[in-house]
Amino acid sequence: MVEKSDIRVVRCGGSKINFRPPIISHDSRFVLCVSGDSVKVYSTRTEEWLHNLQGHNNQVTGIAFNPANQLQVYSCSADGTVKLWDFIDGILIKTFVIGYPLYSLYVSEKHEGVIFLIVSMGTESNNESFQLVAVHLPKSAEQEVEAKELSTVASKISPNPSCTTFGRGGEFIAFSRLLQLNVYFFRKQKTYSFSLKATDKKAAKNAFTCIACHPTDDCIASGHEDGKIRLWRNFNHKKEYTYSTKHWHHDAVNHLCFTPEGSNLLSGGIESVLVQWQYGDMSKKEFLPRLGGSISHVSASADGQLFCTAHSDNKISIIESSFKVSGLIQGLVRGDAVSTDLMIDPRSKALVLNGKPGHLQFYSLLRDKHLYNLDIVQQEYIYEAGLDQFEVVKAVFDVKGSWLATVEERGQKTSDLEFFLKLWAFDETTQSFVLNTTVTEAHSERITSMCFSSSDETTMLVTTAQDGQFKAWCQTADAQQAQNYWSCDFVGSYHNLKPKNCCFSADGSILAVSFQEVLTLWSPESWELLTTLCQPPGEIRDLCFGRLSCSKYLLSTTTKNLLCCWNLLTCALEWSTSVDVSRLQSDPLSENVAAFSFESKHTDLFVFKPSEPRPLFSQRNVCSEKVDRAVFVPREEPFNSCDESCQWLNRSQLYFLTQNMDLLTFSSATEEDRMLSSSKRLLIDESVAVTPFYLLLGKHRKQQHKLNTETQAPADKPPHTQGSAAIKQLLHTPAHVLPAASVLCSMFVRSLLISNSGVREEMDSSEQEMDSEKEEEESEEEMEACDGHQELRAQGSVDEQKPKLSKAQERELKRLRKTDFSWMTCLVDSKP
Amino acid sequence: MVKHPKESEKHTKRGSAMGEFKVHRVRFFEYMPSGIRALAFNQQNERMAAAKMDGSVEIFHCSDRFFQEKIIPGRQQAGIEGLSWVGERLFSAGLNGVITEYDLTNQRVKYTIDAYGGPIWAITGNQQGTHLAVGCEDGTVKLFEVNEDKIQFERNLDRQKGRIISLSWHPSGSKIAAGMMDMIQVFNVETGHSIHRILVDRGFGTSRGKECVVWSVVYLSDGTIISGDSVGMVKLWRDDTGTLIKSHNITKSDVLSLSVSQNEDSIVAGTSEGFVVQFQFLSMVLENNDKDWVRTRTFRNHTHDVRAVAEITTAVASGGMDTQLVVRPFLDKHEVKSSASKLRKIQFPHRSLVSCARKAGTLLFQYPGHLELWRLGESEGEGIPGSSLLLKRKPEKLLHLKVKGEDHIRCSAVSSCGEWIAYSTTSSLRLYKLHCDSNNVSITKISKLPKVLGSASQLCFSSDSSHLFSASTQSSVHMVSLSQSECKFVATFKTKSGSHQAIHLLTASEDGKWLASANIDNEVHIYNLQTRKAHCTVPIYSSAVSAMAIHPTTNCLFMVHADQQIFEFSIEQKEYTDWSRLVQRQGLHKIWLERDTPCLNVTFNQKNPSHVILHDMYMFCIIDQSQPLPDSKSQFLNQLTLRSLPEEQRKSYSHAFKVCKTFKELLCVDVMCDQSLVVVERPLEDITAQLPAPIKQKKFAT
Repeated sequence: MVEKSDIRVVRCGGSKINFRPPIISHDSRFVLCVSGDSVKVYSTRTEEWLHNLQGHNNQVTGIAFNPANQLQVYSCSADGTVKLWDFIDGILIKTFVIGYPLYSLYVSEKHEGVIFLIVSMGTESNNESFQLVAVHLPKSAEQEVEAKELSTVASKISPNPSCTTFGRGGEFIAFSRLLQLNVYFFRKQKTYSFSLKATDKKAAKNAFTCIACHPTDDCIASGHEDGKIRLWRNFNHKKEYTYSTKHWHHDAVNHLCFTPEGSNLLSGGIESVLVQWQYGDMSKKEFLPRLGGSISHVSASADGQLFCTAHSDNKISIIESSFKVSGLIQGLVRGDAVSTDLMIDPRSKALVLNGKPGHLQFYSLLRDKHLYNLDIVQQEYIYEAGLDQFEVVKAVFDVKGSWLATVEERGQKTSDLEFFLKLWAFDETTQSFVLNTTVTEAHSERITSMCFSSSDETTMLVTTAQDGQFKAWCQTADAQQAQNYWSCDFVGSYHNLKPKNCCFSADGSILAVSFQEVLTLWSPESWELLTTLCQPPGEIRDLCFGRLSCSKYLLSTTTKNLLCCWNLLTCALEWSTSVDVSRLQSDPLSENVAAFSFESKHTDLFVFKPSEPRPLFSQRNVCSEKVDRAVFVPREEPFNSCDESCQWLNRSQLYFLTQNMDLLTFSSATEEDRMLSSSKRLLIDESVAVTPFYLLLGKHRKQQHKLNTETQAPADKPPHTQGSAAIKQLLHTPAHVLPAASVLCSMFVRSLLISNSGVREEMDSSEQEMDSEKEEEESEEEMEACDGHQELRAQGSVDEQKPKLSKAQERELKRLRKTDFSWMTCLVDSKP
Repeated sequence: MVKHPKESEKHTKRGSAMGEFKVHRVRFFEYMPSGIRALAFNQQNERMAAAKMDGSVEIFHCSDRFFQEKIIPGRQQAGIEGLSWVGERLFSAGLNGVITEYDLTNQRVKYTIDAYGGPIWAITGNQQGTHLAVGCEDGTVKLFEVNEDKIQFERNLDRQKGRIISLSWHPSGSKIAAGMMDMIQVFNVETGHSIHRILVDRGFGTSRGKECVVWSVVYLSDGTIISGDSVGMVKLWRDDTGTLIKSHNITKSDVLSLSVSQNEDSIVAGTSEGFVVQFQFLSMVLENNDKDWVRTRTFRNHTHDVRAVAEITTAVASGGMDTQLVVRPFLDKHEVKSSASKLRKIQFPHRSLVSCARKAGTLLFQYPGHLELWRLGESEGEGIPGSSLLLKRKPEKLLHLKVKGEDHIRCSAVSSCGEWIAYSTTSSLRLYKLHCDSNNVSITKISKLPKVLGSASQLCFSSDSSHLFSASTQSSVHMVSLSQSECKFVATFKTKSGSHQAIHLLTASEDGKWLASANIDNEVHIYNLQTRKAHCTVPIYSSAVSAMAIHPTTNCLFMVHADQQIFEFSIEQKEYTDWSRLVQRQGLHKIWLERDTPCLNVTFNQKNPSHVILHDMYMFCIIDQSQPLPDSKSQFLNQLTLRSLPEEQRKSYSHAFKVCKTFKELLCVDVMCDQSLVVVERPLEDITAQLPAPIKQKKFAT
């Protein structure tokens, strides 16, 4: 495999799963949702992440089932392509290149071979030239097809995908924008538009936020900014249209959805209450309150058995039709702001940051799964705007992950600042953090930074605060309680300057504290000031020690756009460059340091080693926003890439958070290829029903199967054909992508025939094949075990010589092929 | 009886062109309109009849901006429960158990007939115009045959247990649906037997024990019966099977009234929570005839019970306990945006209830059952414009005159010298002479009135208080001369041709030479008082005259119509004046034409003859005839702009209409002899404050 060096920014792990409405497969077994650059498939029963549909190069912006084939799903992306997937197997079937950034996707049964897309025709996305276009998908066997047959249905439409929807079997399409509702009838090719007043007397905000069409009746439900729901009827008249208004939501209605039978209307908004309105009598409604974050999307399965809501706290709830929450799929919670740093829990290697109000969340980026929340504040959070409540603002782990220090504060705006420093110990028995010490008045003013000592022997915490002091905290044993608690060990200051950052060297022998423009170095052993370093002008913004072989270097960035590298052995400036670094992050597993610099509307990344000022890797225009938080996430297994520019990604991955709360990372092409190939190996059925029951049963089955194979092993001896690989492929490819069975059948039988010398043996082997096939039919779950078995056999047969057939034998075979094999089924059935 | 004798005196300056007035801001007229009990719409002549709680019946002209054409005053203890048009005839029935037919030309009760069934809850006529059905307390539905001159009892339908609350004829006239307690009965009119007995569910929970009152039923031609009940449901039933098709729970309290549109594609339901719900007969799938009743719009214009709704062709009219008649137009039925497509609220009667004695400085207030005479207060000194002045003498109630008998007052007048008071009920006219000593007020009734003065539809004194004009039947006006203690019949003015509708406006000229009368058929007649002959007739205009007056110096008749058009007619020349022609040629400003209340009074400023003072409910306006008319582009309400401009530029911006909206809802604006302006205000908040508390509704975030 040729190593490709192109490293690109991807959304991988921790991305928004609430960006677009999740969709539920027709059998209600899977729920699909867009997640960054990929589409994720979850099981509705176990909430387990099954697999990713990967292949887009940019944010996926819409998904919809192929109306012609329920097992296929279309996805569109901002990279300008529409892809058709087999979502059960995770196979990309086709790619249609549209060429414009796509924002949403709509399909309808009535319009076969046509998909409707919201595209941005303009050069920039902000000039609001969104259009709804119909695209004829060319019928071609190729994998990648350019679809150029675009016809505009409507221009100047809302980029919000909830504001466009198909009506009654695709007879018309309704789309709203601001205060106008438009209905386009395909048959008449006519658009009717209805507008509301900007405000009526009661100062209502009438702008449309979402619309939904009844599946069988001509009725359009529209949600509005003031929380009203209107049901529009008779909309094929210019004047005699009519609507009825319902008002329950007190704030904007975010999404509306009719159940597939049309008997109910579901609505959700900021209140995080799912409301079910009875369609015939809208005064009857049911509520499902306290769902968590505000509801951003609602969808219903085709059989009406399941509903799905996506929430603003990056969560998908699966709700049964009896209005009970049956499952939760939690993504990485990102509120309005991440106030803690991005951290890695040294034990679980999970990403840690503040999530739910007052909590720290642990998120596994590798499995892309939310692990758990740690309640830091331990107070009830009141969901109301304008309240001043405690928030976790700082958190830091020690090297081994056995201690966690957190700072929570409230009163950011007012003068009465209140904050607590809490220290948490890891409890091995409960596998969780337990509160050890709470320090109420750690400092007299706000804590600006803190860090644990990096040495293994002593755990020490240093905090710096705006009161001009830094404090070192150590464990002290309490004689009476026989429990360690933390107390202040040392208070340091420097000329009454305010300390901003603190950092321990890799071995923990030096503590660096920055006091505005001055860098001070202290010895934690004796608490003496070792030296001061100063490179005016500009206050020091960030501090960072080099690692491993570069541990003698100390890096600092200043507000005056200077990146300095100090050699601590010579106490001299090793080198400095002028670059506006917004974030400096060192990789704990290598010497590498990543610096994000923000310059005129885009962020650049430089990765370098402190020992050499030449960057290892640099990428311009990583993203358009400023990057404040970044973290190196260690890989589970080191990655071997010989390419020089990719080497820095070998041990760990760099994740960073933009100001838009997008969690991005870098991925190299090799890595992607590997992931793609590994994902192909996964088959869905093995993981669909990983219920405890299945685990028991499955184990049992496997054992049984093993027994079977063992007993049959001698009988199996007849060498297996080279055709078995083809059979395997045949059996593993979904039926709908295969050629017709009649075509296959002869090929299949032929593949069985060629390999063997004798008819009798041939019969045996075909019998075997039939056996295994039969078994697969019997239980899907068994498939995996069976596969393994077959694979084994296939491998075993590779070396075997194929015996040649004589012409007479062949003739005999042909005759045999025509004979009826139905008797074999009874043979199979009678098999023990 | 006066609770808050509130009067403040004010100097106001309304621009240089508007003149400076001392304003008597009168707030002691405690006028209280009464609630609306029933509405009936007549499709043929586009009239809407409204029955009020006090027993009066008002007729509105729907195509003439809902001008209140006729007011038939009520009587004490004569509550009306139902109204019904049969052709052009109007019938009412009430809890006193009698059926009343009205004489609409003379605006009075024609006759009453006792139904002998106890209190009557419902009355309705069939579409054929042959029969009236009334629902009585004793459980009978009585059929009355409508004859040429009277109605006659025909027969009873099968008597039921429990009272009949509501009735509705099938459009064919062969069946009647009757809403009762807990059930709906369907009768075959031919046989008089009940065809169906439909039981209506009671409410849940605590209201389980309470009877369900079917307040209203509507029978559609396709055999659907729609009922509104006290549980808050609107239910649709099939009459052939008696089964429920659909039910809509629209309110937590009662559904009080239902009304169906002419083509049966829309129903409105009034509820006791003050909103009106519309149901429409819509096809569920477009361009498909499979239709269904769907709840669509909700109109929230009332604060109290909506006791009556009526669906007229282009709008829904509703009225209830909060005393206002609301006409909410269906925008889809209006092709263009105009004054007809605006929401209209009728709160005050379109008649003046106040008459001013200009010389004496007293005001006569007309209440339904009594009259009040007040003397205006006096202030001391001058103040800066816009400030309120201290009262030297408080306003004083001189007289409280109760009506003899049970009839309510129809019209009243006070002479400008303040010595004569006249009022009329539907049965009689009374004239009083007021003696005012320094502190003592005494009145004497003039006992010997000429026999011709039976009852008056309008009264008016001549400006020198020497004569009384009384509008009588057949559009005639009687003239009576008044001397110290007696009055003498002088003459009767009659028109040779024209209608016999009652006169609703009467005005005499300042010099005592002319008298003008206007009736509902939009005829304005002018009589010469010296020759005592009809002088001329003003060309008939399509809209009713809402106010008129004769100019004191030029003797031009100034008329304002219900559609807000203004005419000035020179009596001497018998033709429209140049100014009037100019107005018609140029057209009035859009803002003026789109006002929704008619002008109720016209007066003139003696100091400046070119000033005409008009007022409607929301504003008063001085029209300066010497100034140019505003064209369609100019700013109509330009008082503020003018004030901000320097003196020299004002001229180019100013136009003839000076509108003042400083005051609250107005009942009367008049100019006294001492050049002070009397403004009688009746703020709507004060009226709402006197209403009983509405049904308590949970309001969000309270």
